[in-house]
Amino acid sequence: MSNKGQSTVDTDAERRTESPVGSETAETAADGSDATVGGGSRPGSDAPVLELDGLRKSYATETVVEGLSLSVREGEILTLLGPSGCGKTTTLRLIAGLERPDGGSVRLNGESMSGSSFVAPEDRGVGVVFQEFALFPHLTARENVAFGLKNRPDDEVSDRVDELLELVDLAGQGDSYPDQLSGGQQQRVALARSLAPEPDILLLDEPFSNLDVDLRVEMREEVRDIIKRAGVTAVSVTHDQEEALSISDRVAVMTDGRIEQIGEPETVFQHPESRFVAAFLGYASFVPGYVSGDIVETDLGTVPREQIHGLAREYDHTRIDLLVRPDDVSAQPVADAAEGCGRVVGRRYLGPTFLYEIELDTGESIQCMHNHDENVPTSGPVDLDLDADHELAWFPREQRPEDDARYGT
Amino acid sequence: MAGEHQPIDDDAGHEDRLPLGPSIAAAAVSAAVLLPVLWLIKTGFGVGFESAVALLTRPRTLEVFVNSALLVALTTAACVAIGVPLAYLTVRTDLPFRRFWTIAVSLPLVIPSYVGAFAFVSAFGPQGGFQRLLAPLGIERLPEIYGLEGTVLILTLYTYPYVYITARASLKSMDTTLIDAARTLEHDRWETFRRVTVPQIRPAVAAGALLSALYVLADFGTPSIMRYDVFTRVIFVEFGTFGRDTAVLLSLQLIAVTVFILWLESRIRGEERTTAGGRSRALVPLGRWRYPAVLPVAAVAGLALVVPVAILVSWLLATGTTANQSLVFEWSYAINSVTVSAAAAAVAVVAGIPVAYLSARHGGRLPDAFERISYVGYAVPGVVLGLALVFFGSAYAAPIYQTLYLLVFAYVIRFLPQSVGSLRASFLSVDPALPEAARTLGQTPVGAFRRVTLPLVAPGLFGGAALVFLTTMKELPATLLLRPSGFTTLVTHIWTAYESGYFGQAAIPALVLLFVSGLSMLVILRQEGYDVK
Repeated sequence: MSNKGQSTVDTDAERRTESPVGSETAETAADGSDATVGGGSRPGSDAPVLELDGLRKSYATETVVEGLSLSVREGEILTLLGPSGCGKTTTLRLIAGLERPDGGSVRLNGESMSGSSFVAPEDRGVGVVFQEFALFPHLTARENVAFGLKNRPDDEVSDRVDELLELVDLAGQGDSYPDQLSGGQQQRVALARSLAPEPDILLLDEPFSNLDVDLRVEMREEVRDIIKRAGVTAVSVTHDQEEALSISDRVAVMTDGRIEQIGEPETVFQHPESRFVAAFLGYASFVPGYVSGDIVETDLGTVPREQIHGLAREYDHTRIDLLVRPDDVSAQPVADAAEGCGRVVGRRYLGPTFLYEIELDTGESIQCMHNHDENVPTSGPVDLDLDADHELAWFPREQRPEDDARYGT
Repeated sequence: MAGEHQPIDDDAGHEDRLPLGPSIAAAAVSAAVLLPVLWLIKTGFGVGFESAVALLTRPRTLEVFVNSALLVALTTAACVAIGVPLAYLTVRTDLPFRRFWTIAVSLPLVIPSYVGAFAFVSAFGPQGGFQRLLAPLGIERLPEIYGLEGTVLILTLYTYPYVYITARASLKSMDTTLIDAARTLEHDRWETFRRVTVPQIRPAVAAGALLSALYVLADFGTPSIMRYDVFTRVIFVEFGTFGRDTAVLLSLQLIAVTVFILWLESRIRGEERTTAGGRSRALVPLGRWRYPAVLPVAAVAGLALVVPVAILVSWLLATGTTANQSLVFEWSYAINSVTVSAAAAAVAVVAGIPVAYLSARHGGRLPDAFERISYVGYAVPGVVLGLALVFFGSAYAAPIYQTLYLLVFAYVIRFLPQSVGSLRASFLSVDPALPEAARTLGQTPVGAFRRVTLPLVAPGLFGGAALVFLTTMKELPATLLLRPSGFTTLVTHIWTAYESGYFGQAAIPALVLLFVSGLSMLVILRQEGYDVK
């Protein structure tokens, strides 16, 4: 199980125990907030290219996809984001027709792909970029790209292949075999191959997981650019939150075969509707607070009520948890323990920054981020400041699970 | 990353339902393969309980059983005792000319054991060439070559390469940092070998020993020439003297012993636990034993390779005066051999494709059953298969009895496991995402198979075909029993020459056989990238 770049809940067991809580929270928070937060498809906009409705799939005893519904608009890039085993790859394979759903429906351009008659993958008009690219090793780059161009005159095929190799910036590599190409080049060939037959929708299965870290960031930009230039609707799948937030028009966070939250990247990141989403997207700490009139009292000081996103009146005089990201908090060493509110219990060097783990006197654990040149002594008391200049998300206190350790440590 | 999605990716390759076409084809192949064995069992029941018990408890039957068991046990032990040290010497130590020795000690595999037996008997038997050479020195008698000792010697010389090759492959792929780790944990070389290397190579050695044991149990030519009564020899004799019931019951008993050995191997092999890991290229220095260590290696290669070839060549040069005109070699024998072998190879591959494909791509109860059934040929020695098909063919399939169709059918049943094994490995090595990618690019399942899967498994397909071709060329008992009258192959010609005592007449066909076998071995080595560095 990877834990790179995110300190989140990650094991199956943990997710299971948490998800019911997460979903309740989602509802509660949604009730309390103003309408839906950019989630779901907006009715009235362009007709959706892809619609999933109550999709279900299980293998033997394990349910992998459980009543999943979503729709994707023309020209949009939507990313299914979730930890491994959440069913996102299976969802993609159900869309492609590589698996048959046990229930629910897949509609492409309004036509039903499953149900009474199952439409085979070759008849769906989908393009797929596979995780390991799945380039045919016995064919050259050109032949790979030309593979899906059937029943066309040779010169038309040749023109189309040239056009695509041009699009992915590989005009000179057409005659190379896949094993003669670098990882990035292979990915571009895979992309060109899947775009060649002009699919109605492009599906990308963990498209960057096979690349080196440096190349990954570079290819993200490039792939997004190519998809936008080709004007194709795309659904991508990843477990990497940074990737999802950077390439997508909308993100759907998945867990346990369901969609937990769907919306634009900024919205999902800033206003997570559940603790799971909050913890899965980046570092998250939960600061306990008490709603008292126009302020919320916390261990880190008071926060004005208007800075809390959609905090409804009925939560007056209740305990809540505020979601704070490490860059919202800073720590200062203090001479006297009475002036401080906790102490440093851990420090992680992330390169440009240090991530400090602070244990509050009340026992809570908070993460804060400091520039690599600001050194906070790891012994002695510290005081914490909350200096966020944006709205903060919150969760009702009683929703909080017993075990704090699973969040953001 | 790849590991993370294991539970889902595992299922990813299989669609929920089995494809109809390949399933029907695989079912048909399974039925054809099972036919002779089922017939044999049915006939066995027909003998009647009391007479069956009487036949099976005769002292003669018990003697045959004990003889066979002794032969298999001793030969297999000797194969391991020779094969594993040879593998260790040629892989892990600084033995001089390791490349050369690797090839030299693998090559006995291309010599059919009965040709070796034939050559050894003529050289070292009573009144053989070797004895005549020594006669002036007053040596009247050589140690007896006939019987158990001689049979064990010959069969060991020609079956140890199975153990050698599997042990070598396993030693080569073994993570040598494990050995380094053991050494840093205060184990000397011997302790390390015993506690780290042996458990690592055990599954491979067991697999090689299984091949040796099955070969020995099924071999008909060698024990016959060495006049040692084992199942195959006695079954053949009973069949010749119309002792049908005895032949059938002994055949069933032989199959039972074979199945027992298969079971034993699966117990010994244990679970394969291998880890990929680093390699250190460091070899074990032999020190002052470096050159002396060549001696045993050279002795094995010399005895197994040089002696029989030298004897065959000496026959070739000496023929002329004693030639029997009816036994003159004709090139049509070679053409016959090549034709039936090529036909068997082609059919075995075509029949193997659906079985291997289903098992590799879909798994599940039915495909697994098809695959297991295709391995029946492993457990049915050629003489038993020949016998079953003679009776079956003459009773139910008269139109193809005494034709090449039945002969090729027998070869296919016998050697189908080789083509299925090779094809299955090839199908497994094709990333399931590739045909899926072809599907999303507009190919039907058949189109995806033809344009993507088939080109990628082609090397394995040819490798499997070459393997079947090689073994069919050498096959003796089923050929003797099922060939149409007047149809002579290299093998049957050699056998006729042996039976009529004109050893010299066997030289040309035997050498041609070695040449062709050698060629197909080369093909196999190329296919499997048997790098001898």
